[in-house]
Amino acid sequence: MQMKKERDLRFRVLDVLFLLMTVLPFVFGLVLKILTKPASNGIEIAGAQIYFTIPMPMQDFPITESQVNSWIVLVAVFGLCLYFTHGIRAGVETTRQLAAEWVVEKTQNMVRTNMGEDKYFGGFPPFIAAIMALSAFSSLITLLGLYPPTSDMNVVAGWAIIVFVLITYYKMKCGPLHYAASFCDPPLLAPLNIIGEVATPVSMAFRHYGNIISGSVISVLVAAALQGLSKMALSWLPGFLSDIPIFQIGLPAILSIYFDVFSGCLQAFIFAMLTMLYVSNGFAVDDYEKLKLKKAAKREAAAQTK
Amino acid sequence: MLELAIGIILGACALGAGMAMIAGIGPGIGEGNAVAKACEAIGRQPESKGSVTTTMLMGCAIAETTGLYALVIAILLIFLAPGRFVDILMNTIGG
Repeated sequence: MQMKKERDLRFRVLDVLFLLMTVLPFVFGLVLKILTKPASNGIEIAGAQIYFTIPMPMQDFPITESQVNSWIVLVAVFGLCLYFTHGIRAGVETTRQLAAEWVVEKTQNMVRTNMGEDKYFGGFPPFIAAIMALSAFSSLITLLGLYPPTSDMNVVAGWAIIVFVLITYYKMKCGPLHYAASFCDPPLLAPLNIIGEVATPVSMAFRHYGNIISGSVISVLVAAALQGLSKMALSWLPGFLSDIPIFQIGLPAILSIYFDVFSGCLQAFIFAMLTMLYVSNGFAVDDYEKLKLKKAAKREAAAQTK
Repeated sequence: MLELAIGIILGACALGAGMAMIAGIGPGIGEGNAVAKACEAIGRQPESKGSVTTTMLMGCAIAETTGLYALVIAILLIFLAPGRFVDILMNTIGG
């Protein structure tokens, strides 16, 4: 009895720790923003703020808001995952475990329907889920008033380059010669094919970045217009009454539901979906299997001659 | 004279940004077509609503890309280009 109680206490403490690990990074980000944000008169469109720069031999390395915020998101998502999988056991139905299982099942289903059976892409669901969670939470961080890392081109371009490396790896699986030959399908169109290959990460990065930044630019413009409108309408009132933001109630919130919540989640989904499609299209399953058979036959022949 | 030159640079950057966004017409028409066809498809086969919606969203995302290229160009023209162009002008005059 004593031992069970002790274990229970330990479980609780770990739970609280994981929850704190989820929440504290956001608090840290908010405090950092409040402390370092230069004063401004409310509405402006600004890029990521540079906290400090590390001197490097080639070029200075700036640590910006987007880097710090993406680390915040990483730690928070990690904490959330630890919380959801803490004390997971077979045959027990807690809400937490059901939620975790739901996420895993959905991702596995999505990967299976888009990338085919588990034979070659069985290890992909964790990667896809990680991309989706990172992208979605990075976009949703605007709801707390923090700068979203996805509206910085560099962050999204980094993800797109990772995906590009993955695509190239799967294309290279049949050997470098096969990879080179895949560009010269009609030999005359080889330059166009190479451009198309390079355009993949560029378009992926631009798509994600453009959607998020366009949403925030439109929100800021609408907010500025409404501010001007309410100032104009109430300018005849005396004192602080003329500062009441009467028109700014409501409409920005509705815009935010579309641009921040819906668009952010949709872009995360589309980024993950495109990753799956590009990788599974880049991998020539038939050729790979043929190559495998050929190699096996060769090995057998070599063994027989010995 | 210098004021005039800088004014022309700023005005041309703003005009260029506005004209770049003419590219928004294409994705608008394309996405409208895609959604119209998706609605037709769902009307014909309501049971395939899920997969039609997913495919439509994917297609919309692809069709949107050209518009987003234009958007990136416009953002560069508004926020980045004026400073660079004025720098180039100053360097040319100074050197």
